[in-house]
Amino acid sequence: MSAVVAHDVILKLEDVSKVYSGTVAVKRANFEVRKGAVNVLVGENGAGKSTLMKIIAGVEQPTLGRILLEGEEVSFSSSGDAVNRGIGMVFQELNLFGNLTVAENIFATREITNRFRKIDRKEQERRAAQFLERLQAGIRPDMLVEDLRIGQQQLVEIAKAVSLDARILIMDEPTSALSAAEVEILFKVIADLKARGVAIVYISHRLEELIRIGDYITVLRDGHITGQDEMRNVDTRWIVRQMIGSDAKDFAKADGHVPGEEIFRAEDICLPRATGGLAVDHVSLSLRAGEILGIYGLMGAGRSELFDCIMGRHGQATGAIFIAGKRVKERDTTRRIRRGLALIPEDRQREGLVSILSVASNLTLASLSRFVRLFHIRSGPERQAVTQMVRELAIKVADPAQDVSSLSGGNQQKVVIGKALLTGPKVLLMDEPSRGIDVGAKADVFRTMRKLSRDGLGILFATSDLDEVMALSDRIAVMSNGKLTGMFDRAEATEAALVAASALGHGPAPHTENP
Amino acid sequence: MTDIPAKAAVPSVSSGSLLLTLMKARTFIALIAVLIFFSIAAPNFLSTANLILMSKHVALNAFLAMGMTFVIITGGIDLSVGSIVGLCGMVAGYLVLNGIDLQFGYTIYFNVFEIALITLAVGILIGAVNGLLITRLNVAPFIATLGVLYVARGLALLSSDGRTFPNLVGKPELGTTGFGFLGAGRVLGLPVAIWILIVVALGAAYLARYTPLGRHIFAVGGNERASRISGVRVNMVKMFVYMFSGLCAAIVGLIISSELMASHPATGESFELNAIAAAVLGGTSMSGGRGTIGGTIVGAFVIGILSDGLVMMGVSSFWQMVIKGLVIIVAVVVDQAQRRLQSRVTLMQMAKAG
Repeated sequence: MSAVVAHDVILKLEDVSKVYSGTVAVKRANFEVRKGAVNVLVGENGAGKSTLMKIIAGVEQPTLGRILLEGEEVSFSSSGDAVNRGIGMVFQELNLFGNLTVAENIFATREITNRFRKIDRKEQERRAAQFLERLQAGIRPDMLVEDLRIGQQQLVEIAKAVSLDARILIMDEPTSALSAAEVEILFKVIADLKARGVAIVYISHRLEELIRIGDYITVLRDGHITGQDEMRNVDTRWIVRQMIGSDAKDFAKADGHVPGEEIFRAEDICLPRATGGLAVDHVSLSLRAGEILGIYGLMGAGRSELFDCIMGRHGQATGAIFIAGKRVKERDTTRRIRRGLALIPEDRQREGLVSILSVASNLTLASLSRFVRLFHIRSGPERQAVTQMVRELAIKVADPAQDVSSLSGGNQQKVVIGKALLTGPKVLLMDEPSRGIDVGAKADVFRTMRKLSRDGLGILFATSDLDEVMALSDRIAVMSNGKLTGMFDRAEATEAALVAASALGHGPAPHTENP
Repeated sequence: MTDIPAKAAVPSVSSGSLLLTLMKARTFIALIAVLIFFSIAAPNFLSTANLILMSKHVALNAFLAMGMTFVIITGGIDLSVGSIVGLCGMVAGYLVLNGIDLQFGYTIYFNVFEIALITLAVGILIGAVNGLLITRLNVAPFIATLGVLYVARGLALLSSDGRTFPNLVGKPELGTTGFGFLGAGRVLGLPVAIWILIVVALGAAYLARYTPLGRHIFAVGGNERASRISGVRVNMVKMFVYMFSGLCAAIVGLIISSELMASHPATGESFELNAIAAAVLGGTSMSGGRGTIGGTIVGAFVIGILSDGLVMMGVSSFWQMVIKGLVIIVAVVVDQAQRRLQSRVTLMQMAKAG
C-alpha cells in the first residue's frame, strides 16, 4: 500500500473469504475504501469483484473475515443493514421492479408516506425528478421501468443509489449499457459526490475509464487481491499484468486455416419488441465453415435476441435462415438443433444448465436420441460420450454423476459447451462464452473455439469485451440498438471503429455496410 | 485457512454425511417404524388377510400418487385426479349397464375388456384436456386442474343424475359379465389390483430412469428454459405427464367400481390430496425436478398403513386426520433440513478442497 494518506479510510475488509457452492469466490481479501475518493476495483470476469462488493453492501455475508466501518467491526445481515449504515450500491444486474414506476423504484422500501401511512406519490415523484434531473436522462418519474431502454434503467439504478445519501457508494459496472454522453454525465455526478466526501467504489472493465476517474486502484485475480496502489503511480500495463498475471491474455492463436464455403446465412431477421420498435432490426449476415464471426455490442444491443431468433425461440420473429445454402423452414428449437444449430446461452444458470441434474445428464440432455435404441437409453454409449467430452473439454469433475451445481463456473460453462457439441452442430452460437469464468477456463474455452473452427464449424459469438472480439474473430460484426452497424475484417478492424459503430443507431438510422 | 479449522472440519463433514444418509432414507425408516409399531399395537395386523387388504387400499392411492409424481416433477400439480376416478367409474358402470344407444333402435354392448379400454381412454382424454389448458392456453396447472376437477365431478353426477349405478354383474347374453375380476380376482394368490400396480410401477420407474422422456420430465422440472434451449419438447412432456396421471386415475376408477360392483358419482373425492401427500412423503419436491417412483410407492404405503393401522387400533377418525397431517408436515420439514445439510456438506468439502 502506498504510504501517502491523502484520504481517510472509512471501510476496511480484513481477510475476507467467501465460498459459494461451486466456487471459492474471494480468498482472504484485504481491501480499504477511502473517503472522498474513487476507489477502483478491477479484475477479469469472475475474479470476485462483484462478490466482494456484495459483501460490503450486505447482500452476501463473508464466510470468513471481518468488516471494519470507521474502525468498528460490523456485520451486515442484509442490504437493509448496510443501507442504514450509509452504504449504497448500484448493482450490475439491474435490481429494479419493471412493473413499478421510476419513482416507486427509487423509493422502494423507504416510501415517503403522509400522516395516515399512505404513500405520498406526488412528493416521491417530485424528489425522484430532482435526482433524475442531475443525471439529465430525460426520464420522467412516472414512467414504468420496463418501458425504459436498458441504459436508462441503469441510470434509474444510479439515481436510486444516489438518493440514498450514502457515505459509501458502490457502482458495479455502471457504464456497461450507457452511451458515451451518458457516461460523461455520470462522471460529473461522481465528481460531485466525491467533493461532498462520499467514498465511491467503482468497478469496471474499461481501463481508460478507470484511469480517468480513479484515485486508488485494487486489482483482483481469481479471488485474490494481486495489487493495490494509487492510480497516479500506475499505468495500463501494470493493471493488465496484475489482472491476468502476464502481459497478455491467453487467447489461443489463430492457426491460419482458410474458411470454407458459406455454411450459414441469416436474411433480414426482425424481432418486434414488446414495447414497440424492433429488438432485432433487419439483420442479415453470413458465416463460412471454419470461420469465427464475433458480434460486438453493448448490453441491450440485440445480440442475444438475434441468437434467440436464429434458434427459433421467438414465434413472432421474421426473416430467413439457411444452413449450407438450404433454407431452414423448421420454426421450433428442437428441429433447428437437428438441422445443426446449437446455442450456448449467455445466462448459464437460467438457460444453460439444469442445476439439479448430474454433469452427465446435462451433457447428454440435448442429444439423448443418439444413444437410444427403440426407447431405451443405452448407458454404454452414453457413458462413453460423456467421458470423451469430459476429456476433450478438460472438464474438472471427479465423477460425471456429480451434481452440475457443484462445479466451478468455468467447468459449468464447459458442460454447456459440451452439451451443444454432442448434438453435432454445424453452426455454433455462443453468447458471451467467457462470462463469469476464471482465466484458466477462459483460455480453455478460447482454445476450444479455435479447434472447432479448424474442424470446420461455423462459430458466431457475441461479446461486449473488445479485446476478446479483436483477438478471436476472423470477422467482426457490430450491433447497436438492434441493428447491424458495422462489419469488419480482422485486418481492418480497430477498437475505435468498433466502439464508434457500437454507439450508432441511437440517432438516425445508420448505413449498414457489408464487405 | 490454518490447520486447526481444517482438522476440525473433517469429523463434522463425515457426521454430516451420516446424518444425510439417514435423512435420505427417512421414508423407508418411517415405513419400517409404522410397520413395527402397528404389529405390536394392533392385534392381527400382521395376518396375511390383513396385509393383502391393506395393500389393496394402498394400491389405489399408489396409482394416483405415481401419476402425481411425474406431474409434480415437471413443476405442475394435478388436482383433478379424484374427479377423474369418479367419472371413469361412472363411465364403466354406464357401459356395463346401458351400453351405447345408437339412436336408431340399436344399442352396442361392449365386453369387459373393451369397457376397460374405453374407460382408460376417457381418463387419458381428460388428462389431455389438462395438458392442453396448461401448454396451449397457458393456464396455471393449479387453476386448470381445479377447473377440470369441478367439470369432471359435475359430469359424473350428471351421468346418473346423482344416483349410483348398482349391481354391475352384467348379462351373459350381452357378454358384459366378469366386471368383478379387477376388484376381486386373484392371480397366484395376489389380488389383480396389486399385479397391475406392480406392472405400472415397474413401467413408470423404467420410464423415469431409462428413457429420453423420463430424462426430459426431470429436466423440464429442473429448468424449463434450459430444457427448451436444449431441444426438449417441453409441451409434449407436459402433455404426457397429465395424460399419464389421467390414465392412473382411470385405473383407480375401474378398480373401485369393480370392487364394489357399483359406480357412485362421488367416488374419489379428495383422493388428489392423498396422492399429493404420498408423493411429497416419498421425497418428491413441490418445486419440481426431484422425486422417484419408488419413493412415492413407499410414501403411499406409509400413509395407507398409518390410516389402516389407526383404524384397527380404534383411534377416532378425527385424530387420524390430525396424525396424518402432522406426518406430512414433519416429512417436508425433514426434507428442507436435508437440503440445507446437503448444501452445507458440499460447501465444506469445497472449502476444504479450494
